[in-house]
Amino acid sequence: MKLKTLTAAVVAAGLLVTSVPALADLNFPMLSYRTGAYGANGAQFADGYADYFTLLNERDGGIGGVKAVTPECETGYKTDKGVECYESTKGDGALVYQPLSTGITYQLIPKVTQDNIPMHTMGYGRTSAANGKVFSNVFNYPANYWDAASVIVKHLSDVEKGDLKGKKITLVYHNSAYGKEPIRTLEELSKKHGFELKLLPVDHPGQEQKSQWLQIRRERPDFVIMYGWGVMNQVAIKEAANIRFPMENFVGVWWSGSENDVIPAGEGANGYKAVTFHGVGADYPIFKDIAKHVKDAGKAAGDGSNIGKVLYNRGMYAALLAAEAAATAQKMHDTKDITSAQMRDGMENLKIDEARMTELGLPGFGPEINVTCENHGGPGLAAIQQWDAKAEQWKLITEFVESDREIIDALIAEDSAAYAKENKIEDQDCSKG
Amino acid sequence: MLYREAGDFKTSYAADQQTFPLKLDRWFVWGVLAFAFLVVPFFINDYWEKSVLLPFLVWSMAALGLNILTGYCGQLSLGTGGFMAVGAYASYKLMVAFPELNMFVVVITSGLITAMVGIGFGLPSLRIKGFYLAVATLAAQFFLVWLFNKVPWFYNYSASGQISAPERTVFGVAVTGAAAPSWATYLFCLVLVVVFAYVARNLTRGRLGRSWMAIRDMDIAAEIIGVSPLKAKLSAFAISSFYIGMSGAMLFAVYLGSAEPTEAFGIDKSFLVLFMVIVGGLGSILGSFLGAAFLILFPVLMKNIMVGGFGWPADLAAHLELVFIGGLIMLFLVVEPHGLAQFWRITKEKLRLWPFPH
Repeated sequence: MKLKTLTAAVVAAGLLVTSVPALADLNFPMLSYRTGAYGANGAQFADGYADYFTLLNERDGGIGGVKAVTPECETGYKTDKGVECYESTKGDGALVYQPLSTGITYQLIPKVTQDNIPMHTMGYGRTSAANGKVFSNVFNYPANYWDAASVIVKHLSDVEKGDLKGKKITLVYHNSAYGKEPIRTLEELSKKHGFELKLLPVDHPGQEQKSQWLQIRRERPDFVIMYGWGVMNQVAIKEAANIRFPMENFVGVWWSGSENDVIPAGEGANGYKAVTFHGVGADYPIFKDIAKHVKDAGKAAGDGSNIGKVLYNRGMYAALLAAEAAATAQKMHDTKDITSAQMRDGMENLKIDEARMTELGLPGFGPEINVTCENHGGPGLAAIQQWDAKAEQWKLITEFVESDREIIDALIAEDSAAYAKENKIEDQDCSKG
Repeated sequence: MLYREAGDFKTSYAADQQTFPLKLDRWFVWGVLAFAFLVVPFFINDYWEKSVLLPFLVWSMAALGLNILTGYCGQLSLGTGGFMAVGAYASYKLMVAFPELNMFVVVITSGLITAMVGIGFGLPSLRIKGFYLAVATLAAQFFLVWLFNKVPWFYNYSASGQISAPERTVFGVAVTGAAAPSWATYLFCLVLVVVFAYVARNLTRGRLGRSWMAIRDMDIAAEIIGVSPLKAKLSAFAISSFYIGMSGAMLFAVYLGSAEPTEAFGIDKSFLVLFMVIVGGLGSILGSFLGAAFLILFPVLMKNIMVGGFGWPADLAAHLELVFIGGLIMLFLVVEPHGLAQFWRITKEKLRLWPFPH
């Protein structure tokens, strides 16, 4: 047993070495992943997230004059690592967590609520967290999984001139909490629109999908919807191309719509569609600033090759929303060094309109956001983007449209009520304004 | 000189057959336990609890379980992850169905349920051995995970298929859920691990343990001298699964708080526990702890040194960690194939002679 004590002693020594960032900084910890089956996607998001804060530090001297830091902790998309990363970073004054993993989100929801640290799960996580009365510390604006499912169905309905009756739609999904999220919404929508829904789960990490696509080839559904992530996306799109499934009838959620997913399939991926809640491409004024202050200054988080790609933009957008919320919190509480509780208030009162987006160098990039105490879910607007394989570019082919609020609001109320009952949570008092 | 058994005389059989017959060993164990029970709870914080001590205790329990089956009875199993899932889902259903139940009862009952499942999947071991048995237990792994993913009853029909542990108590103190204090969850797991490590230690020294080892060393010879392979193998499967089920219940309810079967109880977890047992030492209770410490605490230490100490990028550290752990496992197996426990045995030999080696 001597070795055990020895190991413990060494562990103790190692833990003491951990560096503590200066307290005056605004701390935005990154639970990122650059390794494993989801690393290619996680790295782009993380680069965008870190680069935006670097830009603020370099160009504006931080947020309200206080520098932002982004200590990184590698989770590898694993839930137990996510818990370890959370525990090891929360003590340093963490303001907001963005784990980019639905599994880790589920793990952290009770913990962040207990520690009064906000968590922002932009377009992922637990959808019913949109009900701010129950989930006081969790935010998922501007759009969530169920919005995505609804907007996809809306688009398919438009393609079919408003009539989906008798059509067959297959959902290919990552067999995890993430992939299962839209099932209930799609079931409700299938009742409403009268289409036939079929479910095909793909187990982690999704490198083997021959049987699923054989089934699709046999049954010839009219449309395929995909909720995939990481390697699973590339494989699915390649398999779809192999069985010559018409690509314009294959629609992914926003996590299945990055360059990483379509480029491996080459020409075959041409016409593949995905839903998105923000603009695409690098034609925004902000990228000039990023090139000048971040990339050319040699301060980019990655090698700079990802700038302007879908997931990079999304990471940047996530950082932008966090920075805006921090600025809101600074104004509300009239202090530069905000705490996580103040950050939570900032997020709950976040308002971003088109004028502000233009000011930030991203005109038309995202919807107007108006978070309230009751609604942590934002407007739920989304558009459809389509892949042009020749130009290697995503293009928006629809306007940003609203999801089916009638169905989704009912589902959110139902699911959050079940959670509140299971965990004996009392509704947050939203009357104070 | 430092470690000696000479002069430690016993005057009764009871004293001669106690768990730790040597005074020095006994003192050492009491010292470690006193430290763990009386000192650590006062200094524990969330980080030490969630990142270091709880994972170590939970995986030690799993390694103890697998060591009984593989180390003592010689039955190779790759179903550990699946059996842990049984423990986790059993504890979830119990926690939801009987909210006022003491968590100790929940965890031990989950272990008993897993033991029954373990006996079922142990039946093939009566006919097949070695690698073929490993494949049969692999089927258990995949079947059980598939089952918990497929049948909504197990996760109470929740939309995402995730199970989340509600707040449950032991004598009025919360040990599950986010509000549970660190010292409570730590002591809860520590009590279970210490009690059942003591039970395992004595089981393996007794009649049952000897019958397992007889089966492991040569099953035909064991049968000829009157050891029933049926009883020995199935009892090994049952008791091993009991331990693994308890560790699964602790992993889900106390440590993680929520879980989904494919991620928390995948095949990689089965291998992780198997590696713990091999690296720690097959057929050794101490080895289970050393193996768990090596594979759970060492990566945390490496990460803290590389990222926290040297300030290296997190992804580089994550890759290097895999390289180092893999390299060290190979090094250990080449230098000391009987595991870390054998390493300790050799150290004791050396200490016995020190400072006069000859």
